[in-house]
Amino acid sequence: MSVRGSTTHDELRELQQRLLLFKISLLLVMGLLALRLWYLQINEGSYYRDLSENNRTRAVVMEPVRGLIYDRNGVLLANNVPSFGLYVTLEDVKDRKALIATLVNFVGLDEAAVRKKLSERGSRLLPRKVKDGLTLREAALIESHRLDLPGVMVRAESQRNYPGGPTAAHLLGYVGEVSSDQLERPEYAELHLGSIIGQYGVERTYDRFLRGRSGQKTVEVNAMGHEKRTVEVEKPLAGDDLYLTIDARLQGLAEQLLGEESGAIIAIETTTGDVLAMASRPVFDPNVLSRELTAKQWDKIVQDEGHPLTNRATQGQYPPGSTFKIIVAAAGLETGTVNTTTRVRCLGGYPFGGRVYRDWKAGGHGVMGIVDAIVDSCDVFFYTIGQRLGIDTMAEFAERFGLGQETGVELPSERTGIVPSTAWKVKARNEPWMPGETISAAIGQGFTTVTPMQMAMVMTTVAGKGESFRPRIVRAIKERATGQVLELPSVPRPKLALKPETYELLHESLEAVVTRGTAGRARSGLVRIAGKTGTAQTAALKDDRRKDQEIPKKLRDHAWFVSFAPAEAPRIAVAVLIENMGHGGSWAAPMAKQVIEAYVKNKPAGPATVAVAMRGRHD
Amino acid sequence: MIDRVLDGRALAPDNFDWRFLGLITAILSLGVLSIYSVTPVQPVGGTPVYVKQLAWIALGWVAFVVMLVMDYHKVSRLAYILYALVLILLVVVLVAGKTSRGAQRWIPIGPFVFQPSEFAKLVLVLTLATYYAKSPRLGWMQRAVMPGLIMLPGLLLILKQPDLGSGLAYLSIYVSMLLVVGMRSKAMGTLLLFAVMLFPFAWELVWGSLHDYQRERIMTFVDPAYDTGGRGYHGLQSRIAIGSGELLGKGLHGGTQSQLKFLPEGHTDFVFAVFAEEWGFLGVLVLLGLFAGLIWLALEIALKAKDMLGALLAAGLIAMLAFCLVINIGMTAGLFPIVGIPLPLMSYGGSSIVATMSALGLLLNIKRRRLTLFY
Repeated sequence: MSVRGSTTHDELRELQQRLLLFKISLLLVMGLLALRLWYLQINEGSYYRDLSENNRTRAVVMEPVRGLIYDRNGVLLANNVPSFGLYVTLEDVKDRKALIATLVNFVGLDEAAVRKKLSERGSRLLPRKVKDGLTLREAALIESHRLDLPGVMVRAESQRNYPGGPTAAHLLGYVGEVSSDQLERPEYAELHLGSIIGQYGVERTYDRFLRGRSGQKTVEVNAMGHEKRTVEVEKPLAGDDLYLTIDARLQGLAEQLLGEESGAIIAIETTTGDVLAMASRPVFDPNVLSRELTAKQWDKIVQDEGHPLTNRATQGQYPPGSTFKIIVAAAGLETGTVNTTTRVRCLGGYPFGGRVYRDWKAGGHGVMGIVDAIVDSCDVFFYTIGQRLGIDTMAEFAERFGLGQETGVELPSERTGIVPSTAWKVKARNEPWMPGETISAAIGQGFTTVTPMQMAMVMTTVAGKGESFRPRIVRAIKERATGQVLELPSVPRPKLALKPETYELLHESLEAVVTRGTAGRARSGLVRIAGKTGTAQTAALKDDRRKDQEIPKKLRDHAWFVSFAPAEAPRIAVAVLIENMGHGGSWAAPMAKQVIEAYVKNKPAGPATVAVAMRGRHD
Repeated sequence: MIDRVLDGRALAPDNFDWRFLGLITAILSLGVLSIYSVTPVQPVGGTPVYVKQLAWIALGWVAFVVMLVMDYHKVSRLAYILYALVLILLVVVLVAGKTSRGAQRWIPIGPFVFQPSEFAKLVLVLTLATYYAKSPRLGWMQRAVMPGLIMLPGLLLILKQPDLGSGLAYLSIYVSMLLVVGMRSKAMGTLLLFAVMLFPFAWELVWGSLHDYQRERIMTFVDPAYDTGGRGYHGLQSRIAIGSGELLGKGLHGGTQSQLKFLPEGHTDFVFAVFAEEWGFLGVLVLLGLFAGLIWLALEIALKAKDMLGALLAAGLIAMLAFCLVINIGMTAGLFPIVGIPLPLMSYGGSSIVATMSALGLLLNIKRRRLTLFY
């Protein structure tokens, strides 16, 4: 280390020379800063300007008001009521854990559900609903703590409401938030997480009309995510209103008739295809399902042994029992296998392949013609014809009557039932058709299954002597935007061209079923009813002749009654199925009679016009 | 006696630099304007922040005049006592300080808070200048190590708070003065060698003393795309604010980034971003010009100082101001990690304003006294 000899003055001058370097570096550094700022503000300025615009403005989705649903006479079936929804915008949430804890404390949320909700995929900028149906007190509590809860907001919104509770629940369906999977589908492309869509029933099949179009509000927000002012509004477009073909009165009656029993009642106007009533039991409350359900509530509904979510009218598949004899009779008459002179002696059993196929009536019906065989539902007669027809001919006619395929009713997940044939058996079971199975099939037992909706449609075809209409549930759509009412026309189905004599004979014998046959309990002083009873055996109890009361309810047969009226000029077809009720004539027939009587009693001649329905419309 | 005679002459145009005063006033005004723009004009139950800032500025001018009028040689004699006082205050802040956002930096005095680290920087300049001026010819031990040891306790206490920004500013004063005093090449080499060898320990000491949020800030600086929604948030919002100002700015109260609180600390550490957003690149050029002019004048003072103490003092004060200026603007513009350093004369804060005004008063004092040495 050298110690240089220098005066204080030299030292100072040396120091000041070095300070010149300071001067240069100062210019350099200030220049660099200016350069950086030039880069940010001039070069990248427009990019950052865009970012700042997006930063301060948020697009807030304005949910549309869902269209209303009325019955054919303007009775309100589904509307919307105000409700408070709790929303969280992830972008603005600083401490998610603390937030969840606070919300759980304030409004009693299910912690796991909220956490799951917040970790779902989707935009961080879009508010996601955490809970709906907040009480006024809860909403006020959240609002008063707004500043401590960044990213949380309470929105007044509309909640789907079904004034009739479980009335027509399967038909109306319910609504719910669109799921992530549903969002991937093209039909829901314009929706976003949190959009409400119909998840079942008409709500689902007519969702694109009912849901409307969401609007968008561009708002300026601060860093807390709180709205400061509205920049731009694109109003949402309310959904269209639906006018159903359902008659709330008949629907209510049908449901009341079913009571606590499981089953379905369907009433269809034969001249239009209008579904007047479609009741299915057990039932659910769509108001409950349309709200935010906890996993527990959902499990309870899904795991219910009665399967309340199944629409038994379109999704319940049952052996048609003796109602199938209508089709076998038609097939026999059409193919010439039987005619009015054909006679079969019924001794209470039909021996075939080493066993005896029994008739429901021990001791038999004696000598039977085709009319009496239908009227008394003689099994042996139909065993005989079935045997002559063969399974494939019966299958052909079953299909021509619409079995084994969807009726086309506009409800989700309609089932088709089974029309067995030799080809079907090989394909479905990989086994050859056994001759004995043809005998069971002739009286609607065995593999054959149908839905009550299919049987109701069979009756419209028979009633119209081959002329029938596609079943419809919605008769008109009122566009919200224009106020225009779009009437949906009845669509005729291809005519089932059978010989007029065949239809005449079916009409005559089906009316006789009620006047002097197995459906005596359907006889009405008001109207001539034609129909056919049926008893769908549950597989375990074939050949069991115990009285119904002696059999455990779960194992009892299902009761069928399919009908139309008035017999002389049919306007309505009614199908009734009651699970585990035993014989169709005893239970199902009187129910159909009540529905038909209610229809003819209160129904003025001619169809109700939509104009009438309009009068009852209120938002 | 001489002093009193000179006091009368101090305000004469040739000695008293009105340009200096003009620049200070201009910068202070732009600071108040930005604070006015970004804070509530009528806050609920309180005084508007810009009014408070005006009060601090008034106090700052008092400090300015006091530092101007006192002979800096006399002030220099108090250096070690003042330094001891500062160290005591730095201990007090650790014991009884007010904690805010994870750091304990403020001593509450009635309704106000006092930030000792702001004054620690000023006193360090005074202490080191005094040290070097008294012994102009020194070996490397006395040039580098002794002042280092003087500086160290203050540095450690500041880092303990933790206050990385002030710590770096504090350290930069020592390094700048060391450079000004002049390291001879061999000594410089030895020091660098030591520095390299000590680096892992120093790193551990510094990194270990950092809070999580500070480490994350440094991490996001290293990798800015790390997490825009979380830890990189402040830096990104600041860059958006500055960049979106473009050429002409969004005008007073027009800065959406700051008005809508996307930009944190708009009136304190990020006041520059507020200014840049509202006044654009043109405004920024004016502001940088004002700062450059002020430091240029200060450098003139240092260059024309007629004694070691004056020159060293001026150099140290300039280093202190320039470091804060460059680091603050650099961090808001995304050049450096966000360390929490106020922008001199513009950021809201009593301690910062009073300390900075004192420093400027001292600088003008040096200019004023340069003639006296020849009497």
